[in-house]
Amino acid sequence: MAASSRRNPPPLPGAENQDPLSEMADEDSDEGEDIFVGNSNPVAEAFQPDTANGEEPADLFSEAETSTAANSYITNSKSNGVHSDNENDLFAEVSVELSMENPSTTAKSSGAEFTPSLTLSATQPESMEQLEEEKDEDSFDMEVAVTNPEKIGDGMNAYMAYKVSTRTTLPMFRNRTFSVWRRFSDFLGLYEKLSVKHSLNGCIIPPPPEKSVVGMTKVKVGKDDSSSADFVERRRAALERYLQRVVCHPSLLQDPDVREFLERDELPRAVGTHTLSGAGFLKMINRASDAVSKMTIKISDSDAWFDNKLQEVESEELQLRKLHAVVDSLVNHRKELCGNTAVFAKSMAMLGNSEDNTALSRALSQLAEVEDKMETLHQEQAASDFFILAELLADYIRLLGAVRGCFEQRMKTWQRWQEAQSTLQKKREVEAKLLWANKPDKLQQAKEEITEWEGKVTQYERDFDRISVTVRKEFLRFEKEKSNDFKSQIVKYLESLLQSQQRHVKFWEAFLPEAKAIA
Amino acid sequence: MEYDPKHTSTVVLKPFSQSHGVGVARSVSVDLNNDASLLIDIPDALCERDKVKFTVHTKTTLSSFQKPDFSVPRQHEDFIWLHDALVETEDYAGLIIPPAPPKPDFESPREKMHKLGEGEATMTKEEYTKMKQELEAEYLAVFKKTVQVHEVFLQRLSSHPILSKDRNFQIFLEYDQDLSVRRKNAKETFGSFFKNMVKSADEVIISGIKEVDDFFEQEKTFLLDYSSKIKDSTARAEKMTRSHKNVADDYIHISATLNSLSVDDNTALKKFTNVEGRVASDEELKLTELLRYYMLDIQAAKDLLYRRARALADYENSNKALDKARLKSKDITQAEEHQQQCLQKFDKLSESGKRELTSFKGRRVVAFRKNLIEMAELEIKHAKNNMALLQGCIELLKSN
Repeated sequence: MAASSRRNPPPLPGAENQDPLSEMADEDSDEGEDIFVGNSNPVAEAFQPDTANGEEPADLFSEAETSTAANSYITNSKSNGVHSDNENDLFAEVSVELSMENPSTTAKSSGAEFTPSLTLSATQPESMEQLEEEKDEDSFDMEVAVTNPEKIGDGMNAYMAYKVSTRTTLPMFRNRTFSVWRRFSDFLGLYEKLSVKHSLNGCIIPPPPEKSVVGMTKVKVGKDDSSSADFVERRRAALERYLQRVVCHPSLLQDPDVREFLERDELPRAVGTHTLSGAGFLKMINRASDAVSKMTIKISDSDAWFDNKLQEVESEELQLRKLHAVVDSLVNHRKELCGNTAVFAKSMAMLGNSEDNTALSRALSQLAEVEDKMETLHQEQAASDFFILAELLADYIRLLGAVRGCFEQRMKTWQRWQEAQSTLQKKREVEAKLLWANKPDKLQQAKEEITEWEGKVTQYERDFDRISVTVRKEFLRFEKEKSNDFKSQIVKYLESLLQSQQRHVKFWEAFLPEAKAIA
Repeated sequence: MEYDPKHTSTVVLKPFSQSHGVGVARSVSVDLNNDASLLIDIPDALCERDKVKFTVHTKTTLSSFQKPDFSVPRQHEDFIWLHDALVETEDYAGLIIPPAPPKPDFESPREKMHKLGEGEATMTKEEYTKMKQELEAEYLAVFKKTVQVHEVFLQRLSSHPILSKDRNFQIFLEYDQDLSVRRKNAKETFGSFFKNMVKSADEVIISGIKEVDDFFEQEKTFLLDYSSKIKDSTARAEKMTRSHKNVADDYIHISATLNSLSVDDNTALKKFTNVEGRVASDEELKLTELLRYYMLDIQAAKDLLYRRARALADYENSNKALDKARLKSKDITQAEEHQQQCLQKFDKLSESGKRELTSFKGRRVVAFRKNLIEMAELEIKHAKNNMALLQGCIELLKSN
């Protein structure tokens, strides 16, 4: 079975991407047999039906199947509860999106290229790269925000409720703008649900912000100081980012749970999210066993791509952790600088008071004021250091963990396949032995088992292929998102630095004439 | 010789950039006379292990010196010897002796160097080089600072009409052999330690003495108050600049780590760290050093007051002794003589003390003005630099 990891559609007529096809062919060393390298099939059929009923795809790009399959996909995807094969299909999602977006999007979409048609014939994306671009463009027709944290209740049963507002033009929602109230455990519950459904496919599911017993207890107890205000703000921002990432993800967005989370007024209380519950313990145990099995599995993967990427991910995670530690220290030092500047300002003021030369005395008091203003500047800078940089890093450290989880899923799938193969082998041996021993009744049973296991092997192999495709696709999407995210956050950070320097200049320029006036 | 106020020099801390190099114009204050009869500078200095060797260079038109232009090597201890010699000279009791330069303190960069060496294995090559560069810059900064401080000390002496003629000073400048023979040996150092202890105890007593002169009364109050405030300010300023340096250091680590992540272009962030680091060190130089210097100077002024008060006490004691002698009708002439001596000494001290303190005030104001202006200008310059850097970087990132 060739083309396990990606399918190259034939290029569009007049399209400019013969090159991407060939460069992609180079990447995958085993893909020598890929039917479509350099093939310019003028018929623009772009996706293969990975058929929903377990048949082997005979010809990857048969036309007949395509059109019917297209229709079926469209109808299937709307009811998206099933984590069907559709999800993993490379182009099913695109097609889905196209059909959904087209009626509604006006400005956003790469408008000219798409004709709203269900047959989706002439409008297929050609290469992987362009696929990515288009996804980018038409996946942002929706905005979510998490605001207005409010404390509900009192004492240890209190909790913070957050307002989740959505603004969208997607037709799958009932209204264009709406908002609901959610609490932290709701977010966690959403994650659990998505995890159960999608992680087996190799999707990268954005992890929610971490629980914090200490932080929440302070809030519950009603300690009304800056640290609990900080904590709430931090959590609110983290929840917002989490939600934004979820809705950015094209397949997660289709999930009805997500829709329910955003739309439904009253959400049933999520169970199993409390740390000390039975479910919590179960999770911990699972995680431990996972860790053990991870150590023992090593895929003899003919595709080096996954190995390389996993290594990259791991080293990147290390680097991010290091960076995060440094940024943390920066935040702390800046807070220290803040404090020291304030104290210095006061002592300058006192010095100015005891100075008997009037002009100098005034200048010293002015200096004290400038330093006071500097302190405010430093404080704001520390806040932006934290909220922009440190949180970005923390988010990505968690996300990289999720990515690793993805790769692990793939490994598990592979293992399952291998195990099935070895079981099949054993069954065959049993059959051979039975043939020798000539026991016809047991032979029948053995043959049945063999058929069963053959089916399983095929199934698992296909699962593995599919998850490999998904993981690869997800990873590329993730990389792109990450690079954009980082870039925009760094720009934001630099802009904040720039602003602070501007105010710096202003303050000192105001002080200069005072200093010059000393006589 | 007449005391001519025009001859007072107002020695100020020179700007960072000008403190090195031969023949650079001295940035002294406006009311300095153009008396070039005795010019001193420290054009060169070597750092060996723990010791710093200064090259003291003198250019003079005075005939009291053997040569018109000469240099000698000196160590920090030589400066201390000179200072103590001056302090102990009775004749100068009425003068403010410029404070001794503090010992060169390489402790902080040395500690950092040590830590850097230990942590070398965990850092990338680039980060290590960067940190090392920073460390070298810090070493250099400490070095320049100490050269400057020693230089200023000598220059204040050279521009003081009375002190510049001191014999010990001349020896210090000229004697081309090792001065260590003349330096205090351990016993004497120990002795001076005790002397300082006694002095502080005396200070408490002295400040209780009734002051006869309004001027000195005012000065005393002012100096005592100001001295404690400025000590406080100096400490705070030090802490502040140290925090600032920490922040700058952190930026170095950040940019190094970002580099290894190869996240876009962050050469600008690196440059930013450079500028931040320089802001911290400039700030330190202008503000903290200014405060520190004046803290010491005020101490010297206080010492003057102390000496005068001591003289007053002596005078009052001698009065009492005279009265007692008159009562006993014994040793009257002796007592009278003693009393006269004390009175004379006291008067002389008061007179020169008044002069010194007044000029000290003027000096202080001018020095503050200069340094505050320079600091403000530097802050503005650095901030504008930063802005340009950041803007460039932002544009680069956005266009990518």
